[in-house]
Amino acid sequence: MKRVRVLIKPKEGLLDPQGRAVEEMLKDNGFEVRHVKVGKLVEMEVEEGEDVKKLVEKFIINPLIEDYEIEEL
Amino acid sequence: MRFAVCVFPGSNCDYDTFYIIRDVLEKDVDFVFYDQKDLSKYDCVVLPGGFSYGDYLRPGALAAKSPLAEAVVEFAGRGKLVLGICNGFQILTELHLLPGALLPNLNMRFVCKDVYLRVENNSTTLTKKLDEGEILRIPIAHHDGRYYVPEDELKRLEERGQILFRYVDRDGNATDGANPNGSVSNIAGVMNKEGNVFGMMPHPERASEDILGSHDGLMLWYSLISD
Repeated sequence: MKRVRVLIKPKEGLLDPQGRAVEEMLKDNGFEVRHVKVGKLVEMEVEEGEDVKKLVEKFIINPLIEDYEIEEL
Repeated sequence: MRFAVCVFPGSNCDYDTFYIIRDVLEKDVDFVFYDQKDLSKYDCVVLPGGFSYGDYLRPGALAAKSPLAEAVVEFAGRGKLVLGICNGFQILTELHLLPGALLPNLNMRFVCKDVYLRVENNSTTLTKKLDEGEILRIPIAHHDGRYYVPEDELKRLEERGQILFRYVDRDGNATDGANPNGSVSNIAGVMNKEGNVFGMMPHPERASEDILGSHDGLMLWYSLISD
């Protein structure tokens, strides 16, 4: 088995109200930040030969509104 | 005409929808559960509002992978009528039976209130009893109703008349102030290009009897059941 982590974030160019709210909060607290995005994380253990990309694209993300990265842990 | 009302774990407008079909429209209707696969005896399938699977992952995402959803895709492919209301609309976009996606409301709040809708196309199965430009008052109740399609797709929806309703003010103007969730182009409901699958965020089943404060939703149901 291998452990993988899927990082999902709102697609580039799409308005992300959560990210915007967090960005404003950080600015209000004196931090210089920009392009804050709030996404989700899915971790799983899968068989070595499992096609994780296919699993993610078909069952986990919506490609119209989300970008993703797969990390092997 | 025989209706099916889909029930997923977390559906919560299923009984309201069932009641309107059975007691107001006086049509045959059954509940069909998420693990069932046979829709062959029905003419119209309604996916009701609620929070199927707790909105986990994304609203509608898990319901779209259920056995019943697979049957809905097959049913729609045969040209049968499918109506998704609120969470049902979210499920239909996750199934790619309808274009676009429904994102969290721009103000990040759950919005529950009456809104005004303008009928954008009255030559569809769902709107044929209405006038074009007619204004309806129907409630919304959602956290994720911000309709999104990329610009080029929006243009195609417009050209093909797939936009059913827009959020407007009392006078029928599609202003930013009348847009309760930040939907692109104030869109509240769309259909597929074949014209047999419909999705809308507002709840016509909550506006189909005078005792509920509005019967403006009733004409959508009457449109569905009339030839």
